[in-house]
Amino acid sequence: MDINFFAEVLIGGLLSGVMYALVAIGFVLIYKASGVFNFAQGAMVFFAALTCVGFMDKFGLSLWLAIPATVLAMIILGLAIERVVLRPLVNQPEITLFMATIGLAFFIEGLAQLLWGSQVHKLDIPIEDVPSEYLMDKFNIIVSKFDLIAAAICGVMVAVLALMFAKTKVGRALRAVADDHQAAQAVGIPLQRIWGILWAVAGMVALVAGLLWGARNGVQFALTFIALKALPVLILGGFTSVPGAIVGGLIIGASEKLAEVYIGPHVGGGIEGWFPYVLALLFLLVRPEGLFGEKIIRRI
Amino acid sequence: MKSFVLGIALASSIAATASSAWAQPAEQFVALPSYRVGPYAAGGSGFYGGIIDYFNLVNANGGVNGVKISWEECETEYNPSRGVECYERLKTKSGGATVVEPLSTGIAYGILDRLPQDKIPMTTLGYGRSDAANGKVFPYVFPLISNYWSQAAGMVRYLGEKSGGMNKLKGKKIVHLYHDSAFGKEPLPVLEAMSAQYGFELVKIPVAPPGSEQQSQWLQIRQARPDHVILWGWGVMNSVAIKTAQRNGFPREKMLGVWWAGSEEDTVPSGDAAKGYTSMTFNTPGNYPLLDELRKKVYAGGKGNLQDQSRIGSVYHMRGLTAGVMYVEAMRAAQEKFGKGKPVSGEQLRWGLENLNIDEARQKALGVHNMFPTVKTSCDDHEGSGAVKVQQWDGKAWKAVTPNWIVGDKALVRKLVDESSAKYSAEKKIAPACMKS
Amino acid sequence: MFYREAGQFKTSYEADGQILPIRQDRIALIATVAVALLVLPLAASPYMLSAILIPFLIFSLAALGLNILTGYAGQLSLGTAAFMAVGAFASYNFVLRVPGLPLLAAFALGGLCAALVGMAFGLPSLRIRGFYLAASTLATQFFVVWCLTKIGWLTNYSSSGVITAQKMEILGYAFDTPARKYLLVLAVVAILTLLAKNMIRSNVGRSWMAVRDMDVAAEVIGIRLMHTKLLAFAVSSFYCGVAGALYAFAYLGTVEPEAYNLDLSFRILFMIIIGGVGSVLGSYLGAAFIVLLPVFLNIVAHGLALPTSVASNLELMVFGALIIFFLIVEPHGLARLWQIGKEKLRLWPFPH
Repeated sequence: MDINFFAEVLIGGLLSGVMYALVAIGFVLIYKASGVFNFAQGAMVFFAALTCVGFMDKFGLSLWLAIPATVLAMIILGLAIERVVLRPLVNQPEITLFMATIGLAFFIEGLAQLLWGSQVHKLDIPIEDVPSEYLMDKFNIIVSKFDLIAAAICGVMVAVLALMFAKTKVGRALRAVADDHQAAQAVGIPLQRIWGILWAVAGMVALVAGLLWGARNGVQFALTFIALKALPVLILGGFTSVPGAIVGGLIIGASEKLAEVYIGPHVGGGIEGWFPYVLALLFLLVRPEGLFGEKIIRRI
Repeated sequence: MKSFVLGIALASSIAATASSAWAQPAEQFVALPSYRVGPYAAGGSGFYGGIIDYFNLVNANGGVNGVKISWEECETEYNPSRGVECYERLKTKSGGATVVEPLSTGIAYGILDRLPQDKIPMTTLGYGRSDAANGKVFPYVFPLISNYWSQAAGMVRYLGEKSGGMNKLKGKKIVHLYHDSAFGKEPLPVLEAMSAQYGFELVKIPVAPPGSEQQSQWLQIRQARPDHVILWGWGVMNSVAIKTAQRNGFPREKMLGVWWAGSEEDTVPSGDAAKGYTSMTFNTPGNYPLLDELRKKVYAGGKGNLQDQSRIGSVYHMRGLTAGVMYVEAMRAAQEKFGKGKPVSGEQLRWGLENLNIDEARQKALGVHNMFPTVKTSCDDHEGSGAVKVQQWDGKAWKAVTPNWIVGDKALVRKLVDESSAKYSAEKKIAPACMKS
Repeated sequence: MFYREAGQFKTSYEADGQILPIRQDRIALIATVAVALLVLPLAASPYMLSAILIPFLIFSLAALGLNILTGYAGQLSLGTAAFMAVGAFASYNFVLRVPGLPLLAAFALGGLCAALVGMAFGLPSLRIRGFYLAASTLATQFFVVWCLTKIGWLTNYSSSGVITAQKMEILGYAFDTPARKYLLVLAVVAILTLLAKNMIRSNVGRSWMAVRDMDVAAEVIGIRLMHTKLLAFAVSSFYCGVAGALYAFAYLGTVEPEAYNLDLSFRILFMIIIGGVGSVLGSYLGAAFIVLLPVFLNIVAHGLALPTSVASNLELMVFGALIIFFLIVEPHGLARLWQIGKEKLRLWPFPH
């Protein structure tokens, strides 16, 4: 067994996993604080990437101007979603809210292509997607520079989020809301405004994910499918935990690639589609709420 | 609530009257179940834009012997169930649809069995059932210009000639990186047969749909160190393949894509990674008198279908124009036989499609010389050509790499077509025979 | 005025246990079935029959299957299309390999195969709940489609992996026109709906609902969780399997495994949520909504003569907006709106 090849597959898998975790973090944020499983996260990633590219192509802005413009757009979108979709559905069961986010996903996908067209775009960010020469020379393994920098960006984002949750007033309010809505309301936290802020933050996370995935794969409709890849990550890590999303991402990414390379050829290949899900399923049989998820206590 | 219901009733009655006002008699009606949303919208809008542009041009020039062409689109979202519903809805409009082109294998399969009863021919330009080239078993299906088997054979022939001759293929390694679906598996019979014949090693590596992640596949490819990689992908799989190849240091010049992996929609998102990537095509890239005429007569008047004029002459747009040319030539041929100056029925247009003869002289007259290979269909051969070309992306545009049209291996493809269509006719209990006009 | 129970007395226990205790309801149902059975095949256009009514009935059956699992037994599932695929491919193989097998037996056996697969993939439900279960049913969805693509024997070694469903014949009577196919589908769906309704009203259904409401409590009062949950999966998958077989035989004709992809699973989930979770009528209403709405939007968009790319995107947006709208107006779905309508009708013309 070629140890270099194994290392390449493993590292490539871990880095892919970080990219999945990027998208999963958006889900976790919203689920943790409002109990809504936001099916529209994939559509939001697509919308963010397309808006940024749209600003760059149609209005000729540079990348560094387009990003703040897109941040503004995502904030408006997040607040609008909270106001129009979530507020009327406040006390409904989880499945109704889930369904509403599915409707929202359709709406955002249609809106994105209506506003910016259905063309595919490339997204140029100043990070090259070529093998890192340093690693190639020193260890004779191929790892892309882009993947490494994306992992670093993800780490920075998680750190920023963690800081926000721990140190700022808004972060504390978000944590309170995540713990118990009614108690938070009782101490005077404005629930609606907090949810609006929450969706805006999720929108910005979607923007980061959209930029990185868009640069990697091109900005096209298929970005919405990345959300499906994030689901096993969430299952593994638990729906309510950001470190869980990272750990889940690493595990899913690595195992998916290793399985495809080492088990795949023996069963006909193409197992990457279902392997992460089956793996997550097996995990759940042992720990039904995921690695880091909140233990569900069932009472009669 | 009451006003809401009233409003809906009003809107639908307006819609009903408006759509019934569409029925214009004495026009040649074409059904276009198109897709302009979803993951393949870019290709769909280009292709159907090309067909509609050509129809508008022909109408502006007086129609086909005075008969204007009308059409109606219907959004299928690339979904077989909606495609069938669109087909059923469009087939009886405006006196009956006379030809249909769904640009989707799934929808084509769903419509296939209904065609003989409805007497409407369907073209599947460059995709769909390869064995439909046998017109005796599939009288109403036309995989025009070239089907997947001809294309696969053409790819191997090109790779052989690139290596210095077909006998130089012996001992080489070719990877078939394919979309793990019916589409991706379609060329395997041809590739395996040619691998046995010419002695090259065929390594099959599937990619789970939709193919947004191909790191493990490309690491495997790097390990295998092949001489060539055939990319048989669709949608996002293509741009991801090109980028992942770059990420793993695999030269894109060694990649040869199927023609659904060879358009601007695949190379532009990949940015610089796509430079040097080659793909198959049945259109020679470049400018043509037809395109200039389009710009002058159709786009200048604001009737152009593409929102972005720089897409005129793009790969999907040219494919659409090619389809339009096929249809109009079939209409002309059918009118010659069945009576000029009035619209032909579906059956008559079927005859027209079965008796197409677009040679170089005709292409020159239409302003499309060498845009696609010469096409001559017959009852036995609903393909009409089987020839392909190879193009390469230079970073900004596609350029033809092979000056001439390549035909892969007509005998092998014919043998496979006959075998497969025999199996279908046995299953469906059809007696293969040519239709009489 | 018309919708009154006054004067309708039940004098036996069986009469009291009728599905439709009010006579007007029974008359309405008989009238609907009569219209569907006698009038529509003659009066409706082939387009209505083959492109609207047949898919509506097939999707209603699949939605009913999912409703049994998700609405009555409370197990959220996103693998519906996979069970449909198993049913379709299994029926195809039975007709292919067992000469002389009656068509309905082939459908039933296809459904049984789907039920077995459903039970196998339903085992995790003993440990996992809620959204986690939904996400693990996605494993079913992807795995089954992968199997169907990979195992050549299942598609009779077709080079591209598609199956062409055989002609439908019962005792020499061929079902090849839209009207005949419609009647066959109507008969199958009607009988299975009656069976489902009775199953739901019986002990089995009550144990499902107990498990849905609070499975710990259900276990405490003696309901065997494993049996109940696996039975729910089995019955639901049977229904989805038969629906899938009808989808291939009576609607599309030729299918590849990709036709039963995740998109279809989500569509069926939308149907039961919009129609009303936990209601047989809701399955039908939801299926009608999801089948008819895109067609209606398409026709309206054409009527307004919008450029097609704008129209297509607007269709998608309006579809999403309508889903949200209906959820806000009536979170329990169209079936609940229907129920409210009936209650208002009982009082009509009096306000209260």
